[in-house]
Formats: sequence, structure tokens, C-alpha cells
Amino acid sequence: MFQYKMTLTNDEIDKLDGKYGLTLQKAMKTVVLYGEAFGAKRLVPINGGIHLVTSFGIPMLTPVFDIMNELIENGLLPEHPFTVDPRPLDYENVKCNILQKLVFGIMYGKQKEYEEQLKKVGLKDNNSFTCTCYLPEVGNIPKKGDILSWAESSAVVFANSVLGARTNRNSGVIELLCGVIGKVPEFGLITDEGRKAKWLIKLKTSKLPNPQILGSAIGIKVVEDVPYIEGLSEFLGEEINDSVINYLKDMGAASASNGAIGLYHVENITPEARDFGKALLAESYKTYVIDDEELKKVQASYPVMWKNSNAIAKRCFIGCPQLSLSQIYWWLEEIEKNLKLTGKKKVVINTILCAAPDIIEKFKKDEKAFNRLNATGVKLSYICPLMYMNNPLCSKQPVITNSNKLRTYTTARFYTDDVILEKIVKA
Amino acid sequence: MEKAFKGRVVLAGNIKGEAVVTHQGLNILAAFQKSALKKSKRVICADQNNTELFNKDLTNKIICLPQTIGSTTGGMVLQAVSQLGIGPAAMLFSQHIDSLAAAGIILTHVWNGKNIITIDQLGEDFLQTVKSGQAVEVLEDGTVIVY
Repeated sequence: MFQYKMTLTNDEIDKLDGKYGLTLQKAMKTVVLYGEAFGAKRLVPINGGIHLVTSFGIPMLTPVFDIMNELIENGLLPEHPFTVDPRPLDYENVKCNILQKLVFGIMYGKQKEYEEQLKKVGLKDNNSFTCTCYLPEVGNIPKKGDILSWAESSAVVFANSVLGARTNRNSGVIELLCGVIGKVPEFGLITDEGRKAKWLIKLKTSKLPNPQILGSAIGIKVVEDVPYIEGLSEFLGEEINDSVINYLKDMGAASASNGAIGLYHVENITPEARDFGKALLAESYKTYVIDDEELKKVQASYPVMWKNSNAIAKRCFIGCPQLSLSQIYWWLEEIEKNLKLTGKKKVVINTILCAAPDIIEKFKKDEKAFNRLNATGVKLSYICPLMYMNNPLCSKQPVITNSNKLRTYTTARFYTDDVILEKIVKA
Repeated sequence: MEKAFKGRVVLAGNIKGEAVVTHQGLNILAAFQKSALKKSKRVICADQNNTELFNKDLTNKIICLPQTIGSTTGGMVLQAVSQLGIGPAAMLFSQHIDSLAAAGIILTHVWNGKNIITIDQLGEDFLQTVKSGQAVEVLEDGTVIVY
């Protein structure tokens, strides 16, 4: 057995010793080594379902499929049913040409097999493919103070910041292995100390900033530290309602992808900031002032990845992370309003609204609204747009998005919501 | 003139190779996925937000960086590219290693029996000293020599 410094229970030592078999020994060794890298003193039990980041059967991820197989063969499953990130393909709503389909067939050649593995390991249900597992329609909702083993950067930052649960920014596979053991190493965002803010963000803008650009600015500046944001409640108010949740969801996702933020506190709004206020600031914290000019500078720094920067967009993805139910209704209203202004009936750019399968199902039950959306020509899909854009033939197309996360990882070009609306109705 | 630095050993080993250096966070998914998906034998960094390494050749290099950032697929992408034989030769962090890189290095070590030699907490002076293209030697006690 390797030398470890952590204090382990007898049962944990037995697992590490291999008394329960080689696979559990490797799982335990991985989790202990992971904790030791961060000075964890012990393992602590997790509450509730894990959330996995790996939803796609890319053949290059052979090591992941091998680990899944080992777990299944040895009956090593997480205690609670779990959720996983969105599926990479939806041919019905996100059309592809034959060549693109051919490439997708190769790229996600293990999709079916991998989904079978997920079911065997304990996936909640067939609708559990979403990056917004914490929304009420999906139902993997942790409580304040719950210890979690989650991956997916946008879900982690939401759970920590908006719900007050505790999870580190776990990598894919680590979240699963912790789920199998039922414990996570106690370090970082699991601890009170790790949740202290090393940055004070002073918001001094003239109006409510676009959440995608604000999140991006904070992420680029503080990288993986915890920021405490002052001044946002002047625009958002102090009540946590649907629109505040939507704002924080999108701001957090941008901060987590443009940087590596796993937790932010917003003065007067998020649970720990409400409880402790500026006492959450660590000693000798740094300050970053964000004003209108700073946000303009940040947005201007985004490179245009299109071959022809003047090309007309072929497709528009809205919802990365996926949209909440109220966001779908908001987009429907705004698209209709903008179409009316131009005298057009349908959008002129193929536009996809991305949302969780459970949310799509709920929206479709409102037949009137669903018919109105269909009339605009906009499609609703459970797809992960990031996984779609990974296809080299798709990434060559000029795609626009309102998501800073999608911009960061792909060739999609970022525009704010108002510009997106203008483009999809007028091109 | 050579200069030595001492860091914390995350995964021990001895290696000498060419450094690629960034002072910004490196997004592992964005950096490696394009080359990995193409099953290329060379890795051209595709992290568009990392202005220092974007479009640079990372193949078999020793990556010197503050931390990795971005998607939580980072760890398993690192594990997968190492399995494909196009992972970094070593990773040298000026700061404390982040959770994604740590996961990738540990998963590769425990489940695939491969080692990405890794030293962290080398300090800001290390990143100010080392330049892309320079030879770097890593010793198993955590000493890093920049030539």
C-alpha cells in the first residue's frame, strides 16, 4: 500500500488495502491521492446524487469506458441515482448534412454503448441528460450545506453559489469514483476556509451588465479564486426569483469557463453572502473594479474564429448552459416581438434553443406556446451545442451564440441577446 | 546560465525536455481536444483564450503554467490524451495544482500505469525565468533546472 497522510477509517483502509477487490482499491487510491494533492485530512460522506460531466461516447475516451466497465463488472455503483450532461446529438431538431452525420457517427461512435453503461451504473432516467440538473423540472437539487460530488463547471458553480451546497470542481471520472465510495476528500470548496473570497469585485456599471460578459470578466481576472461581488444587488434586487436565478446561472457558467471559478458570493443575494456578508472576505483580499469600459474591453478581446469574419451566420445556438423554462418563454416573446417589427414570420437563421429534456417536455405541454415557437421556425433541442461544434465540419460553419462558454470552447461567435435577436430576424 | 527551482512533487520522476510556457490558465479541453479528435500525432494548442500557446506545438513538451482552467472534462481529457501518447511529457505549475489537472495526472497514474511527471508550487519567479523553447530538467525530488 502507498504511503498516505490522510486519517482514514478502518473500512477505508481495508478498501485501500484491496480487501474488497482491485477495482475498489483503485477507486479508493484515486480519491485518496486526489485529496492528498490538496492537503485533505479526511474523507467526508456525500449527500444526494452525483452529477457527471461525461455524456458523450467519443471513442478517444477509452480509459473512461474501461473504468465504467470495471465498475459495472464489480457491482460498484453510486448510492443515489445520478444525472449527466446533455447528449451530443439531436438529428431531429439540429439538422446535419450527410457528411456531418458521417463524422458524428465516427466521433460519437460509442454513444449507444456508453449510454448503456450509464444506465447500468445508475443514471436517474432517460431524461437525465442535462447540464442544468439543479432546475426543479429535473430534480437533482441539493440543499444548503449538502456535500456533493459533482462535475460540469456550470453546475458546480451554481450548486455552490446559488444553492449553498458544497462541491469541488471535480473532473470527470473523479466525481463518479467519489460517488462509488460515497465520500469526497475534505478540501477546497468543501471547507469554510476554502469558501472565503480572495477577491472583492466592485461593480460600478451604469446598468445591469450582460451576465455572460460580467462572468467572463470576473473569470479571466480571478481565475480559480472565490470572488465576492458587491453592487449587483442594486440592479437585481435582493429577492431570489426566476430572473435572478437565470442571471446567476449564466454569469456563473461564463466565470467557470473563462476562468475556473467554482463559487462566487453576491452581496445580499447568495445564501452565504446573506448570512455572513463581507466577513466572507479573506485576509488581504484583492480588489477588481468593473465599470462599463472594463466590460467593453473584455468583450473586444474575444477573438473571431471564423475564416471570413463578415460571413452571414448559418446557425444560432441559445442556451449553454441549457435554458430554464422561464428563459424559453422569454426568448419566445422576444423573437415574436422582433419578427413583428420586421414583418417576417420566421427567423432567417437556423436557431436552436437548448434545454433539458424534462423542461422541453413541460414546455411542450403548453401546446399554445409550443405552436407559437414552431411558427417562428425556432427549434427546441436537448443537444449540447458544444458537442455539436466539436465536429470539424460544423465548426467551420459560421455559428453565433449568446453563450460565452460556447464561445470559449468552439468557433462560435458571441453576441449579446439584443444583437442575437436582431441577427436571427434580419440576418 | 542555468537556474534551479524547488517545488512540491505531485508525481515524481526524472525528465529533460523542451519547455512551452504560459502565464495564463490553460484550458485542457480547448487545448487538446481538436488534435485528440483528429487522432493526430502532433498537438497544436487550440485554446483560443490562451494567447501565448494558441496554435503552438505542445507535442512531447514540458508545459510550464500557473494552473489549468475551464471545463471539468479536463482531467479525463488529460488521461485520454496520455493514453493516446500525445499528453504532456511533464507539467510544471508555478501555483498549487488545480483539481482538474490533479485528477488527470492521478487517473493516468492509477488506472493506466503511466506517469505525467508533475511538480507544483514552483513560484512566480520560475514562470518569469523559463521561456518557451528552453531546455528544462526535472528531478524526482522536485528540483527543476532551467538551462
